[in-house]
Amino acid sequence: MTQNEHTVSSEHSHAHVHRDDIGSKMGMWLFLFTELLLFGGMFLMYAVYRFQYQVEFKIAAMELSVTMGTLNTVILLTSSLTVAIAITAIQKGNKFLAILNLSITILFAGMFMVNKFFEWSAKFEHGLYPGSEKMLGLPNGQIMFYGLYYIMTGLHGLHVIIGVIILAIMLVLVIKDKITSDNYVKLENGGLYWHLVDLIWIFLFPLFYLIH
Amino acid sequence: MDQNKHSEHHITGYGVYILVWLGLLALTSITVTVAGIDFGMVALAVAMCIAAIKSALVINIFMHIKFDQPIFKVFLLVSGFTLIVIFILTFLDFSYR
Repeated sequence: MTQNEHTVSSEHSHAHVHRDDIGSKMGMWLFLFTELLLFGGMFLMYAVYRFQYQVEFKIAAMELSVTMGTLNTVILLTSSLTVAIAITAIQKGNKFLAILNLSITILFAGMFMVNKFFEWSAKFEHGLYPGSEKMLGLPNGQIMFYGLYYIMTGLHGLHVIIGVIILAIMLVLVIKDKITSDNYVKLENGGLYWHLVDLIWIFLFPLFYLIH
Repeated sequence: MDQNKHSEHHITGYGVYILVWLGLLALTSITVTVAGIDFGMVALAVAMCIAAIKSALVINIFMHIKFDQPIFKVFLLVSGFTLIVIFILTFLDFSYR
């Protein structure tokens, strides 16, 4: 369907259902920019406090497991790959490959959250959580580091959960043939959201886990 | 001009995605290794450069910006520029306080 056809069909007949894929994607991108600025504000706060408390940030970051962070990075990068493959598969009309890759993406997202759960609970066991006695006894810079760590990876984790819900809906739509080789903009937009989650992690990982 | 859906829409091959993924994994291992040997602000600069390269790969190929309408690139540049301006202004304020 061309854009001209869109106008013609919506004005004169009901032969075509009105659909504007470019507009739909544009809306998604605009939404992603609000997300970028939401996280951007937090990165800004991180940057200022990191320069103010360089030594404290370094000491506090030693508590974080580089192995765990690297593992989660690999998981997220791979899940970005599988969601991209799922889109190409649906474009080529390969429904099975699309379903398989979307399922793998959701599985990876689950693995990410499980890792995050173990990571956070290990810290909770050590008494390192916002407002804990141990935390309040630390120097200001370290409290700041852990505060930013919890709020930023927490908000990112929330996005992972929302991403899983979106991708699960997309999976159902693919199974029900609502997303097909000539109507896949929903899956593309879902994919864009998932890639944004990956993008944010690309910056969170070195900033929190790799300070030595 | 025939704007058939399939001819207007660029389909990225599986191979391209896998290559990008391998590139991303390689960059991740570089960033982890560098963080282990170097220290100070140099390490931060290197880590941020690598993160920028990784995001360029994700945005261009995975998020398809390279093959989409130029207007999306304009959007991206405007929002990226806004963010950079906010960072610069904040740091000017912060360093001359």
